Amino acid sequence: MLTTTQTIAWLNNFADKIETNKAYLNDLDTPIGDGDHGSNMVRGLTAVKATLADKSNADLTTVFKATALALISKVGGAAGPLYGTAFLEMAKASKDGVTDLGILLATALAGLKKRGGAATGDKTLVDVWRPVLTAVHADRLTSTVIKTAVERTKPMVAKKGRASYLGDRSIGHLDPGAVSSGYLFTALLETVVQS
Amino acid sequence: MKKILNDPKDVVSEMVDGLVRAYPQYLTQLPDTTAMVRSDQASMVGKVGLVSGGGSGHEPSHAGFVGKGMLSAAVAGQVFTSPTPDQIYAAIKAVDQGKGVFLIIKNYSGDVMNFDMAKDMAELDDIDVKSVVVDDDIAVEDSLYTQGRRGVAGTVLMHKVLGAAADQGASLDELDRLAHAVLPQIKTIAVALSAATVPEVGKPGFELADDEIEYGVGIHSEPGYRREKIKPSKALVAELLGKLDESGHLDSQHQYAVLVNGMGATPLMEQYVFSHDLLDALAEKGIKPAFMKVGNYMTSIEMAGISLTLFDLTDAKWLDYLNYPVETIAW
Ligand SMILES: Nc1ncnc2c1ncn2[C@@H]1O[C@H](COP(=O)(O)OP(=O)(O)O)[C@@H](O)[C@H]1O
Ligand SMILES: [Mg+2]
Repeated sequence: MLTTTQTIAWLNNFADKIETNKAYLNDLDTPIGDGDHGSNMVRGLTAVKATLADKSNADLTTVFKATALALISKVGGAAGPLYGTAFLEMAKASKDGVTDLGILLATALAGLKKRGGAATGDKTLVDVWRPVLTAVHADRLTSTVIKTAVERTKPMVAKKGRASYLGDRSIGHLDPGAVSSGYLFTALLETVVQS
Repeated sequence: MKKILNDPKDVVSEMVDGLVRAYPQYLTQLPDTTAMVRSDQASMVGKVGLVSGGGSGHEPSHAGFVGKGMLSAAVAGQVFTSPTPDQIYAAIKAVDQGKGVFLIIKNYSGDVMNFDMAKDMAELDDIDVKSVVVDDDIAVEDSLYTQGRRGVAGTVLMHKVLGAAADQGASLDELDRLAHAVLPQIKTIAVALSAATVPEVGKPGFELADDEIEYGVGIHSEPGYRREKIKPSKALVAELLGKLDESGHLDSQHQYAVLVNGMGATPLMEQYVFSHDLLDALAEKGIKPAFMKVGNYMTSIEMAGISLTLFDLTDAKWLDYLNYPVETIAW
């Protein structure tokens, strides 16, 4: 069962990781995108941190919804609606009484795929969410699972997002969205799964 | 990086503020947003609203085309980053006159998703919203399985045609049909001489040697299809026109509108030289443009280069729409 305290710790940890790796995410987005994924995510996570500062007594739905609205209104680009939709879906599911992490993440992933139309193997953040979700269901999420999923985007040909304009030339680069999702789940591992 | 700005973080908010204060007769900023709506409210009464927008860095697009006879509102995102749904939604709400709102979106996954979310939000308020996704850049292969073609300078011609029709009272459904009839007839291809630097990034989006050019580059530094040494203007025209011709676009029996668009750092002098060669090359094919514009319409910050758009005027009315008078900053 996921609690408010855990979720806030998770998201604050995620925000810190994004902040620390802003330049790296921008760099990853430069050869196969437009060099802004780090800046976009920092704008969003700074807003998430601010909105969560007074939510320690709120319910899970409020926490997810506030996170979604901060991301939707601050990130922009492709990542904003994608991460925003993921958290909005978790807000909706938690409102229906769901607190199981695996079910919440599954709902989020379904929303992500619907919003962006990406399938597994398209070299997007979906390629990290899918294997992480499988591992969470099996109670086997480890940093190796996350790292492997992120690394696997490197040889893929991008089919969605700006990187798709490169066709075969997108091969050999990590997908920036996959890397930021890697931070999301590493943060989850450090704050929720291991505790 | 050498740019006239304060904190790179503030570049969009300060630009929008400067723009609306310099041109209050055209633009009014919606409070707490970077959405700009037409100041001439009376000209919008009883008509379908037209909302466009996208990342910043393409000035005068998109706010420069807000005004009577063209857009009702433009939403400015961060540099090269789509605006967010809440801002697009605010613009939709502000311009809706009960006749519905039509959105002009460029084909980037970020823009498409953010505008779609805004559309969902507006529909909850019972505002009818329809849209067109412009994808005029022929540098990229079109495919159902990828993102498809990008939306670039041809979008400005879409704004113009729809703006004229909306001003003359076209309904939301009529605008939708018009937009989708026009869409496949607008094709664009570009050449870049140097890259753009996003202020918050601080370095160029790609590297080109001093004597190198790249064909097919997008308006956010997306890579093109070939690099080579810089060539005379005539040869650039031959390459770009050749590409458009290959895409099955040139027919001496047809009427064309032409847009020669500077990407930001290319002087008008060079754009006119290019136009001189272009008009010669078109004349050789028996084509005399029925309409032509030369200048900076859809830029890419300080990228040097040019894009060439050909709009096949398969319906004679479209030429009237292009010539229809407007009151905007930049048309
Ligand atoms: N249609 C899509 N479906 C899923 N993920 C996508 C899609 N389009 C882009 N992405 C993800 O978004 C990331 C890029 O985000 P960002 O750079 O913030 O946005 P933008 O591409 O608009 O600049 C990519 O690395 C990819 O993981
Ligand atoms: Mg990007």
